[in-house]
Amino acid sequence: MTYDYDKTIFELSAEGKQGYRLPPVDGRQGGGRQDAAPTNAPDTLRNVGAACSRPPEIPVIPESLRRAVPPLLPQVSEPEAVRHFTRLSQKNYGVDGGFYPLGSCTMKYNPKVNEEVCALPGFAGLHPYQPAETAQGALQLLHELGEAFCAITGMDEFSLQPAAGAHGELAGLMIIKNYHASRGEGHRKTIIVPDSSHGTNPASAAEAGYHIVQIDSNADGTVCLAALETALADGDIAGLMLTNPNTLGLFEKDILKIAELVHAAGGLLYYDGANLNAILGEARPGDMGFDVMHINTHKTFSTPHGGGGPGAGPIGVKAHLSEFLPTPRVVKDGDAYRFEDVGPNSIGKLRGYFGSFGVLARAWTYIRTMGAAGMKEVSEAAVLNANYMKEALKGPYKLPYDHVCMHEFVLDGLADAAEGVKTVDVAKRLIELGYHPPTIYFPLIVHNALMIEPTETESKETLDAFLAAMRQIADEAAKTPEVLTAAPGNTPVTRVDELRAAKTPKLKWEEVS
Amino acid sequence: MKVMEGLYYTNDHEWLKLDGTTATIGISDYAQEMLGDVAYIELPDAGESFAAGDAFGVVESTKMASDLYMPVSGTVLEKNTEAEDDPGIVNRDAYGAWLVKIELTDAAEVEKLLDAATYEKGLDA
Repeated sequence: MTYDYDKTIFELSAEGKQGYRLPPVDGRQGGGRQDAAPTNAPDTLRNVGAACSRPPEIPVIPESLRRAVPPLLPQVSEPEAVRHFTRLSQKNYGVDGGFYPLGSCTMKYNPKVNEEVCALPGFAGLHPYQPAETAQGALQLLHELGEAFCAITGMDEFSLQPAAGAHGELAGLMIIKNYHASRGEGHRKTIIVPDSSHGTNPASAAEAGYHIVQIDSNADGTVCLAALETALADGDIAGLMLTNPNTLGLFEKDILKIAELVHAAGGLLYYDGANLNAILGEARPGDMGFDVMHINTHKTFSTPHGGGGPGAGPIGVKAHLSEFLPTPRVVKDGDAYRFEDVGPNSIGKLRGYFGSFGVLARAWTYIRTMGAAGMKEVSEAAVLNANYMKEALKGPYKLPYDHVCMHEFVLDGLADAAEGVKTVDVAKRLIELGYHPPTIYFPLIVHNALMIEPTETESKETLDAFLAAMRQIADEAAKTPEVLTAAPGNTPVTRVDELRAAKTPKLKWEEVS
Repeated sequence: MKVMEGLYYTNDHEWLKLDGTTATIGISDYAQEMLGDVAYIELPDAGESFAAGDAFGVVESTKMASDLYMPVSGTVLEKNTEAEDDPGIVNRDAYGAWLVKIELTDAAEVEKLLDAATYEKGLDA
């Protein structure tokens, strides 16, 4: 039904339809006249732009900054706009619609109470320039969230400013840079990453101006200490970026030794919080020797994922790095909260205002509703679910690292498939069967990777239904491979030509003549 | 997946064909199979010099992006613009679709490369 819907909003557009109503412009600013579109606009644009008429004459806006031609906007009625976007949303696949075992992404259910709290008028109606003394509740929330993150991670102070995980990584690396510079060791230009690391790690390090050295993993998928020692011996090491558990879902059991080696070489240890969902209440990056870290609130703390934001990537540091945090910080004096400048060694302000407040309010709500005991249960259930699925799938699929896993595990494709059937075909068939597929072809060290992360919020019934689908697919791969290679057949867009999509993408709407 | 006899190989899956003091370099059939459909290839211009192990270009597929590493030190004589224009030729014929030709800095470095049998054995491991 809704799958058949394939209109763009420009196709619904017809001249003169309008889905909004604006109040008249303040007369003092220039009369509130609704001018018609300028006569020098091309006909088509003038027609489309008629409903969004030229702004009235406002003397403070110089002529050079005004549009000569109205913007090309669709003209639709309010119900048309609502139906259009509702139908598009129904074509989308989200956690509220079904199981989403996308490895490394922690696609857990986002409790609706989070939405209630961040929509409270006192939060939703805040103005960012409001004096701190009139926004005490919001400052309290930020302060308490920072404290909670410290308790969960073992770090000493958090900044909630970064707007996303990768932004947090950049912030952390800037802190590492300022730290070394402050000690007269600005020559430290190298960041080490393991070969299983998230692509964002080397990307963020390069963005921060670092040279990147990649080290190989052991046969068991964890950091190779000998390779680390070799890389450290080359000198000029600024730090090591690591996630623990790692991208294969394995706990880096040598982490204390790794920390000792990195610190002895004068480097700092960066914790990528991507996999924090596996260790809540069980182990803390701060206790493992990490100096600086970021949290992906959308993964571990049930805030909405991606889509371009807004997001949050809070960063935490040990006390020796506090002076480098972004400014300002929220401090508590008695019962009152205020902003305080971090000081001359701060990496500065990273984002307008104080971070994505609505996202942070959701994370705070999640932590407060779960409590400390609940946090521990989150990780235990996430790890149990992952191991349950791993054991069920290790026959029909190859399991390259056969250990007890943490919150996720990585398969190396089908154990038995007809010629030409690949991991991507498994993923496409899963779409046809109504599931969001796992992450495929990542991490890169597992060539046919299917990376599965069920999260703690799924019931055994959901997991069993997915496992049945995976077994069915493995069976089909051997007996009726054409079912896989032709999938998906029931989606709005069937098999996409990925090469053409990468090489000649069409990224904007245009009239096809 | 084939490993062509008579070529030198690296653990990073480049092949090298020696011709006196010049060499032709490409990526192995195994590499193209692991990459999947190659969408982009970036190659250095003639005249650029590299040490053995230096990244000299980038190959990007629908699955991943990967650096290309120089098997030996040398100066680029020529790049295969056809491979840049139509990267799919690497998938169709990995050993025919050369990427760069170089003038060797030190011919002795070739001896450190893998022969076909050793390279193939490494792939099975």
